[in-house]
Amino acid sequence: MNDSQLAALREAAADGVTCDGLSATQDDSGYAFVTPEVSHDGLSEEEFDALATENPWFVSNWHFWRGTSETNEAFLRWVEHASELGVRERYETLVDGLTREWGQLLVTATLGTDGERSYELRHTADAATAVTGLDSYHDPREAREISTLDDDGRYRPLKTAPSLQAGWRFGDLDGRDLVRTVEFFYPATVANWYREQVGKLDVSHFRETAERQTGIYGVIDDLDVDSVENLAEACCVDSQCLKRREWDKDEETPLDAPRGDGEFPCREPCSLVVAAARQFAVLEGEETRTYEVELTPSERSQLTELVDAVADGRVDEIREADVGDGANRYRARYLRAKRLADGEFEGLREKR
Amino acid sequence: MPALVIVAHGSHLNPGSHDPTFTHADTVRAAGAFDEVREAFWKEEPSFREVLRTVESEEVYVVPLFVSEGYFTEEVIPRELRLEDWDVSLWDSDGTDADTATLTAADVDKTIHYCGPVGTHPAMSDVVVQRAESVTGDPDVGEGFGLAVVGHGTNRNENSAKAIHYHADRVREMDRFDEVNALFMDEEPEVDDVTDYFESEDVVVVPLFVADGYHTQEDIPEDMGLTDDYREGYETPTEVEGQRIWYAGAVGTEPLMADVLLERAADAGADVEEALDIVRKRTATPAAGD
Repeated sequence: MNDSQLAALREAAADGVTCDGLSATQDDSGYAFVTPEVSHDGLSEEEFDALATENPWFVSNWHFWRGTSETNEAFLRWVEHASELGVRERYETLVDGLTREWGQLLVTATLGTDGERSYELRHTADAATAVTGLDSYHDPREAREISTLDDDGRYRPLKTAPSLQAGWRFGDLDGRDLVRTVEFFYPATVANWYREQVGKLDVSHFRETAERQTGIYGVIDDLDVDSVENLAEACCVDSQCLKRREWDKDEETPLDAPRGDGEFPCREPCSLVVAAARQFAVLEGEETRTYEVELTPSERSQLTELVDAVADGRVDEIREADVGDGANRYRARYLRAKRLADGEFEGLREKR
Repeated sequence: MPALVIVAHGSHLNPGSHDPTFTHADTVRAAGAFDEVREAFWKEEPSFREVLRTVESEEVYVVPLFVSEGYFTEEVIPRELRLEDWDVSLWDSDGTDADTATLTAADVDKTIHYCGPVGTHPAMSDVVVQRAESVTGDPDVGEGFGLAVVGHGTNRNENSAKAIHYHADRVREMDRFDEVNALFMDEEPEVDDVTDYFESEDVVVVPLFVADGYHTQEDIPEDMGLTDDYREGYETPTEVEGQRIWYAGAVGTEPLMADVLLERAADAGADVEEALDIVRKRTATPAAGD
């Protein structure tokens, strides 16, 4: 606490102050100062100042939250576990830092000067890395660049894909810049999470989103419930996106695909899902046919392994010489050399 | 203080697509006319659908970083932003003179000034000219030069070509270049035949695209004969059939675009005079005094 925080509290007491167990008021009989541990009224200005000085955390805590927007306050209070910890306990713990995970972001709140807060943001994978081992940033806008490419330099069109690169930190952020940085990494997640907290998350289910589409996306309305189920399973699970899916086919038709364990909700199919849905709608427009092709049992199971490896993003993990894996490159090339000509399975016949 | 939201197309495939949007947003931020400046995209996040809930301001100016009026500005953006009572007649535009409409978004209690796209603002003609200055390195470029304004062109939307013709006409009226023509990728007259349409020895080619990508970096240079394979690159200028082609790349990457964003907001009533001065000083080519 500093003198200007104390002066601000004294001034605000005339209108009444309540914050995290602190109550400060002023009327004709003098000042009142109440915390969970002390309660005095009829105080002179000097007595009020003395009590405040003995309880500096309550004063600086009130001062810190003053003027914070509703959404930011809710998020920042969540970061420092305010609903579980009283002011005194929180301040004691904030010395070492209180943390939360937000997708792949690790948010740490610590005590700043005069009881204010200071925030740090880094990748959860860098939780134990020394500060000197990370690239330091301070401007929230830098998050736009960091989040554009993954560790392998590939473009990340989906900001909440679990492929955020590690190795960086934003240090010494104030509350507003912390939220801005988080929202550059994961846009609109704080805003939607807050809406969910206050029971005002507006969910647009798949059907509603599909009906709204025009142009080349108009076709996604053709997908039946099974296809929407497959779509959600393909696109909207934790291995692909860290948002927690809150939308279903429609209000009456929940989907079985896991919703995800993320802190922040997904309130409607995103543009990537809509683009994928268009492709699937085109594919689903085809009738099935029966084909005959000659394969050994091992070759047949190799096809399954190939599909799985691509679907699970495992291709880059398969060791060069692991020829026991059906999706190994040499195995795939052997299959192609033996069974495929001009990119088609030789001897593949449509059964009529 | 009000907020500025810049809405752009973005891309699922090309990481560079959002760069001009970020750059111009940062220029506007630095000028300080808005408390908040936010970028939003059709193909990236924050989506059009959610961007308005991420700004604190009660009053928001929305400026589309799009080239022409049409499907996106008239249908997709207002729908996705949930602009209640939007009707394209509020712009009273024939395809190149959309200005502003003040509406409310259904999911947030905010006043939204929905502006016409940067691409059809009169000030965009100056950006085309400045692009010619940038690529030639000559603040007085004009005499002895032809200028081609290039658009995508499409039969699906007549406004797409209107924007190109509009700026070609305006630059022609400046009486600065010896010749000015509008050319297209997908309709006549085609950019492939650029040398057929100019007599000048030097021709500056300015594509009216927001971001550099497939069309501006691969298609157009190859179509014009600057290179057989875009990956091998090309010189600026490159001689094609006896004429020197100064290829400028997407006009949207020109720093002066930030000025047009502010002009759009100013036309909608935003108090940005001071910011406009700052931005013009920062984005003008040093010797461009015209």
